[in-house]
Amino acid sequence: MDKIMTTPEPTAERIKEYFKEGKRFDERGGLLDFRKIIIEKNVSKKAEGSVRVKIGNTEVLVGVKLDVSAPYPDSLNKGNLMVTAEMLPLSSPRFESGPPGFDAIELGRVTDRGIRESGFIDLEKLCIKEGEKVWTVFIDIYSINDDGNLMDASTIGAIAALKMAKIPKYDEEKGKVLFGELSDENVPLTNHLPIAISVHKIGNSLIVDPTREEEELSECRVTLTNYGGIISSLQKSNSRALEIHEMKRIFEISEEVSKKILKEIESRLK
Amino acid sequence: MTNKKSDFVRPDGRKLDELRPIEAKVGVVPNADGSAMYKSGDTVAIAAVYGPKKMHPQHNQDPSKGQLRCDYNMLSFSVTERIRPGKNRRAMEISEITKWALEPVLLLDKYPNQVVDVFINIIQADAGTRTAGINAAAMALAHAGIPMRGMVSSVAVGKLDKTLVVDLTKEEEDYHEGEGPTDIPISMTDDGKITHMQLDGKIGVTQLQEAVDLAKGACAKIYEIQKKALKDAIDLENGGKK
Repeated sequence: MDKIMTTPEPTAERIKEYFKEGKRFDERGGLLDFRKIIIEKNVSKKAEGSVRVKIGNTEVLVGVKLDVSAPYPDSLNKGNLMVTAEMLPLSSPRFESGPPGFDAIELGRVTDRGIRESGFIDLEKLCIKEGEKVWTVFIDIYSINDDGNLMDASTIGAIAALKMAKIPKYDEEKGKVLFGELSDENVPLTNHLPIAISVHKIGNSLIVDPTREEEELSECRVTLTNYGGIISSLQKSNSRALEIHEMKRIFEISEEVSKKILKEIESRLK
Repeated sequence: MTNKKSDFVRPDGRKLDELRPIEAKVGVVPNADGSAMYKSGDTVAIAAVYGPKKMHPQHNQDPSKGQLRCDYNMLSFSVTERIRPGKNRRAMEISEITKWALEPVLLLDKYPNQVVDVFINIIQADAGTRTAGINAAAMALAHAGIPMRGMVSSVAVGKLDKTLVVDLTKEEEDYHEGEGPTDIPISMTDDGKITHMQLDGKIGVTQLQEAVDLAKGACAKIYEIQKKALKDAIDLENGGKK
């Protein structure tokens, strides 16, 4: 993929030197530390649920909308889930207008799989009439400022927006969704709260939550989504081979870090 | 829970670490610079390589090295419910992970501004299409004589309920008892490095580590089959391709 901008060489060298000493460029404690996470609810009153998530200077907006549609033929008694992500040109000099590039498609798909496979949304409860009508949950992710790690921010945004989302009222006789009129009913969720942690290999170091400059040096990213120690999805990205022992270490790091992040997020979502 | 103690019976009666019957052949598309077919049970993939050739559009040229471009597609009739022809997001993602899986073994430094195109088509699908596609593509690249430092072999390890198995069929992918199915496609170089890995499902860290070891063994078996297919295509007495 073409890179419009890359981390300047002197910065790159400095970052890598810091990593060798277990230090970060932005004076974070260590290689496995996240930046500060901020979750702000209700960024759009028109959405069924919406949030702003910041990790350091990275910011995403995530909205949940619902609509009634036909179920997929292979899941007649289940609601549908659709996750899309857009990397807005306003959020970085690196992003360009036009149809979604591969990075945005991957961002949406990896987030989708992590949430879907964890079973966080109880899709069976979103069935209105088996084989005919089910709720579709749309989760739309937009980057507002990209300072690295949009991947992990997206899942945090998605679960936060889902947690606050209410189902719109539905006129069964007319078969019409009364958009703008929300019921008191929450989107049916389980306690399988998925947390995505991306581990990056840069030089000989494994790090999490990269800034833009760090992420541009990433040779390989492995994103693991887990809930309570169960891994529900994994995606290795980029053309960089990993030794088996490195991959196994990455599993352990993601579990370790996700426990900390889960605690932090749970306290913010109360 | 270790796999040895498991009395789990697979729907098709295979052993837990047993691959489906494999057929592999190179030279299936005469027009291409290299081509291969890889069949695992009822999953059939063909791949063709064109290049190295000048990269078009020109603004995508890289003066420092040659590039790999992969294109994965399922034929509309390769599955029970017709797929609308053309690119969907799944195919775009698999095309990209296929490129990532293969690139680490390719030596494209000597081909500045050039591109190697790999086209993969799935003719018949019974799960494991991305791994079959990667296996076919790796063979097709070698068959095309692209400089490579090694081979790439790919397999899906699965967890059905609590048991790890190798090379899932569609029936196994849809397994719904107990903890259900977990699908873990992995690609490795012949010296045991991981170039691609994905996962959907539910699995703990320790068992996932076991899954990686299981993939290593399975990839080693696939590697031998790929190697044999390539050797079979070479005329050892008169030189050149048969």
